Amino acid sequence: MRTDEILAIIKAEFPDAKEETGSDGIVIPKERLLEIARYLKSPPLAFDNLHCITAVDRKEKIELVYILYSIGERHGITLKIYLTLEDLNVASLSELWKSANYLEREVYDLFGVVFLNHPDLRRILNPYDWKGYPLRKDYSHPQLVVKPRL
Amino acid sequence: MAVIEKIPAAKLIHKIPGGGFFLTTTESLLKWGKASSLWPMTFGLACCAFEMIAAGASRFDIDRFGAGVFRASPRQCDVMIVAGTICVKMNDCIRRLYAQMPEPKYVIAMGNCAISGGIFYYDTYSVTKGTDSLGIPVDVFIPGCPPRPENLLVGLMKLQEKIRNEKNADR
Repeated sequence: MRTDEILAIIKAEFPDAKEETGSDGIVIPKERLLEIARYLKSPPLAFDNLHCITAVDRKEKIELVYILYSIGERHGITLKIYLTLEDLNVASLSELWKSANYLEREVYDLFGVVFLNHPDLRRILNPYDWKGYPLRKDYSHPQLVVKPRL
Repeated sequence: MAVIEKIPAAKLIHKIPGGGFFLTTTESLLKWGKASSLWPMTFGLACCAFEMIAAGASRFDIDRFGAGVFRASPRQCDVMIVAGTICVKMNDCIRRLYAQMPEPKYVIAMGNCAISGGIFYYDTYSVTKGTDSLGIPVDVFIPGCPPRPENLLVGLMKLQEKIRNEKNADR
């Protein structure tokens, strides 16, 4: 199925999902994430593979990106959620896709997004006693040596 | 007077007909033994590990220098080749492995990352800046990114030279 066909199906089912200009992504409100994810996993779209969860620090907000793929139908889609820095809680998808478990731990480790109802929300790459979230734009570390600009 | 008659208890020495003998000190014999049979630890941390593996394989053959027995346990090793980038999460592990090695023990820092952090020195929060910043004494530094297997062999020969020239049994 082509991307515009998938987008048309999703928008018909969920009117508050918006297309974003300049990307293939579709922006959804975070309250409806679980509901939309359940719909996407079941036929006819049948996204059986949660490929990647990552995030982007846009300074005033954090952009959460979900990349889904359907192995049977051979089509993919990108979901985006904008989170304000005051409220970084979002529902966990680990009960729908097993791969979400580690991917959400990675996003929690590097960006500090808290996934509600996650079975084991610990740091995954950094040591467990690490302070701060390294991929945030405002992150700094006492042992960080800044490269001199020539 | 032959040399053999100057040795105390020379009567106890029986000369093999047609054979020779040599004199040495126990210390230099010990050093020769230590230097000629180094047992490295299987300890690859990043891409330098592949050069270490290549040095162990038939083309470069680290076994020619008596250091081909890579052990999987630190308790059976006497040289730790730190081959690769040391991440902060790895610090405690490296310290513990070094502490578990029996004396006498030696450390080779292989590659720029194990020397100083290398290309990860600037603007990186997760990389330790060198093996000796962990308080582990390094005997030989091998620069390169990564060093070729020949460089590792030269480093090994430098370590053997260092062991042979140790002033006393300070290790």
